[in-house]
Amino acid sequence: MKHPAFASPDVLVVGGGLVGSSVAYGLAREGAKVTVLDQGDGGFRASRGNFGLVWIQGKGNGLTPYARWSRDSAVRWPMFATALAEETGVDVALRQPGGFHICFSEDELAARENRLSTLQRELGGDYPYQLLDAREVRERLPALGPAVVGASYTPMDGHVNPLKLLRALHAGMQRRGVRLVSGDDVLRIVPQEGGFAAHGTRDTWRAGKVVLAAGLGNCTLAPQVGLNAPVAPNRGQVLVSERVAPFLHYPTLNVRQTDEGTVQFGDSMEEAGFDDFTTTRVLADIARRGVRTFPFLKDVRLVRMWAALRVYSPDGFPIYDESTRCPGAFLVTCHSGVTLAAAHAMRIASWIAGAPIPDELPAFSGDRFGLAAPDADAISVPAH
Amino acid sequence: MTSTPLFKTLPGADALVRIWFNDEPMRVPGDGSVAAALLTAGVSRFRATPVSASPRAPYCMMGACFDCLVEIDGVPSRQSCMVTVREGMRVRAQEGARELPPVVAQSPEQSDDR
Amino acid sequence: MTAEHVAELASEPVDVVVVGAGPAGLTAATRAANAGLSVVLLDEQDAVGGQIYRAIDRADSHLKHILGPDYAAGAALVDAFRRSGAHHIANASVWEVTRERCVHYVKDGKIGGYQAQRVILATGAMERPFPIPGWTLPGVFTAGAAQILLKSAREVPAEPPVLVGCGPLLYLVGWQYVRAGVPIRALVETTRLEDRWRAKRHLLAAVRAWPSLSKGLQLIRSLREAGVPIHDAADDLHIHARTDEDGVERAAALSFRTNGREHRIDASVFLLHQGVVPNMQFALSLRSQHYWDAAQLCFAPATDAWGELDVPGIFIAGDGGGIAGAQAAAGQGALAGLAVAQQLGAIDLPTRDREASMHRRTIANALRIRPFLDSLYRPRDANRIPADDVIVCRCEEVTAGELRGFVALGCLGPNQAKSFGRCGMGPCQGRMCGLTVTEIIAQARNVAPELVGYFRIRPPIKPVTLGEVAGY
Repeated sequence: MKHPAFASPDVLVVGGGLVGSSVAYGLAREGAKVTVLDQGDGGFRASRGNFGLVWIQGKGNGLTPYARWSRDSAVRWPMFATALAEETGVDVALRQPGGFHICFSEDELAARENRLSTLQRELGGDYPYQLLDAREVRERLPALGPAVVGASYTPMDGHVNPLKLLRALHAGMQRRGVRLVSGDDVLRIVPQEGGFAAHGTRDTWRAGKVVLAAGLGNCTLAPQVGLNAPVAPNRGQVLVSERVAPFLHYPTLNVRQTDEGTVQFGDSMEEAGFDDFTTTRVLADIARRGVRTFPFLKDVRLVRMWAALRVYSPDGFPIYDESTRCPGAFLVTCHSGVTLAAAHAMRIASWIAGAPIPDELPAFSGDRFGLAAPDADAISVPAH
Repeated sequence: MTSTPLFKTLPGADALVRIWFNDEPMRVPGDGSVAAALLTAGVSRFRATPVSASPRAPYCMMGACFDCLVEIDGVPSRQSCMVTVREGMRVRAQEGARELPPVVAQSPEQSDDR
Repeated sequence: MTAEHVAELASEPVDVVVVGAGPAGLTAATRAANAGLSVVLLDEQDAVGGQIYRAIDRADSHLKHILGPDYAAGAALVDAFRRSGAHHIANASVWEVTRERCVHYVKDGKIGGYQAQRVILATGAMERPFPIPGWTLPGVFTAGAAQILLKSAREVPAEPPVLVGCGPLLYLVGWQYVRAGVPIRALVETTRLEDRWRAKRHLLAAVRAWPSLSKGLQLIRSLREAGVPIHDAADDLHIHARTDEDGVERAAALSFRTNGREHRIDASVFLLHQGVVPNMQFALSLRSQHYWDAAQLCFAPATDAWGELDVPGIFIAGDGGGIAGAQAAAGQGALAGLAVAQQLGAIDLPTRDREASMHRRTIANALRIRPFLDSLYRPRDANRIPADDVIVCRCEEVTAGELRGFVALGCLGPNQAKSFGRCGMGPCQGRMCGLTVTEIIAQARNVAPELVGYFRIRPPIKPVTLGEVAGY
């Protein structure tokens, strides 16, 4: 069903979260005509449930291109943030002062050394980091509790306000003429002459190219266009405090103070299916670690607790693919939508628009998980 | 405190207790909430908001609005409408985001984590 | 404390946990305990009574006279509760009720928890938000706040207050002040002629509830006879500020328009009220189904005839399930107590049904006046869906205009709007802004409020500290 007021877009982006919005914004900057199809107000929405880290250290253990890909995104982030601020007036509060991974035992510290030195070796030395002992880490973070034995620090890490980021991306998309269709679910994507048709519950949209950025929804959509997205939910729970006077000027993996002054505590991982309820046991673990890290936060009030579902591939690394069966169908999925937002807006968008494939990308193909799952509905449901 | 209080007690109310608000001593009705007590003593600014430093005072008196937050005896972010007033309490207006206790330089533990 | 010890501490088994010690909680706990079940009643105040019977234990005869006979009637409920053997835990701030019926609370900085066979939520009502310009200024309170100050601290405004809005509670406060000898500067009503005409449709039913109706009429008559200046059909409400001798910015005047004329009334205390709405925080955090009540302009949880939610084993009783007043709340609490007692095998079906019929009559009687009241005292659109420059989220200071901007950015509902602009993320967890946000988005999108939905509410329902959660 064509809307006479809108000429057919060049690209349909399925999913308006951080991944879909970054890609759509990037495509619009390349001059493409884009329509984004987004769910309603409910839905699992990983974009509303993440820690806001722009995090490099330790990533890519087992897949070196991921270390390079993440680092490159972090390097591009300031440019990305400036562009968003100039275009939309929204300051996403990017800070990249470096970050700490706090350790509570010598074993933990040794494991960090192992992991980071391996990555440094694989990247030919271009991977700055420091292992800090108990005294050194306290010089940087005086409020640490006595149970902290050290930390790993890299200057590459940072954080951003992920909710402002999503808002900025939406504002940026709007300014560049991206059409945002909210409140429908895409049920089926059908390849056809000249491109693809995406069928929702109420409407159908067509374009020459389609980008699957629907998070957990990619699982069922991908096989419809010859792609493989074996992603599953991985639950993370977070505690958020009231606003406190600024005290923490660096992000750490488990505790960070936001630009608004609230303190976030987190980093749990559970396989709990499609269940985004919090559990007292995990929250208590997170709270205990928080108190051991910064004991003087003991009496700070927690005003929010939430759980969200990460979009997790079997090895935890992103999946970037263009379908060989249906050229023009792209898959973009990861669980680090904040860190990789710059890469998505700049390098992924260019690739989708027709630029040569970035060097790192072949390592992220869905083929690494074996053959694509057959499209379960291919025979039984007629295309309409 | 020179301005007229917002509230006053009816005759026959409880005996007075002595508390401090922002280091100023005052005699207030005992046995009710801290918020109720401060309202009779001429306090009409309980806190300044973290977002814009706007002045706030109690609104709902039942623990739902969180506008009555003050620091009581060194503990910030207390809902004054939910705390019974006691003799000797030291209350302070909460100015924006809550303060944290001073950091005492902690030497690391010798033993492993508890 | 080892993890195992903590786990034991946090889940003491019990038959029934009741949350909230107002009329519904009291009768529910009483009936369940009288059936021989182990019952714990958790409440955040010093003493039982909830809001409507607040501080009833301490009230002397003079105060009871001021507050009126309905208040004094609460004493009977409290006595029955005391004799029932139910265990009351005061100053307990319940911060989580799980779908599996774990109830977690904090008292005096220490954690506690129960694993219940059945949970009865009786957390009552709260004031409907009243977002008008200046509503966040010091000196502006709800009418409910004024009642709490009177009941729990025997306090009244030091200077004649202005009462603003509509609804029986507003007139009740005025009437109580008159009895206490407190002069009232003015009653500024938002009720219009067309509200009265619309309400007439329900007058026949209202007349059948003559005792309630006559009581209400008497309240207003008393105010008139006491010489209180009354303005009605007021709109364009605006509370203005001044800076006082101590340098504090506070409320100083209310301007409004009525019958085409502008008015301005100076005062230092303003009492706002436009009805009460269910306090749904626990029910919403359980993800139980809710529906939009178009007559009461609020969401309410869907329950069966005994108050059980679609979450098995969890009941709701009293105003938290839909506004019906104290008498109905007492009846609903008893029904929930009966249902729970029967489900746990403490009483049989005939006993349950025999006692229930009496309570159902009480509830039906109490409900008879509601369509009339809901219609007559329907809060004005402009006072629920304010202009752009009015603060909607008090905690995060988000305005109506900013919310409309998020809708223009593609926000379909409150959760997306919350993530874009932080409204609903502050300590009050949407209590002061939730309904306003839903209605603003509904109006901006031109759809019904039920399509827009409400904030996703999660624990902690009351703030807990990092150290307290670490103790679980």
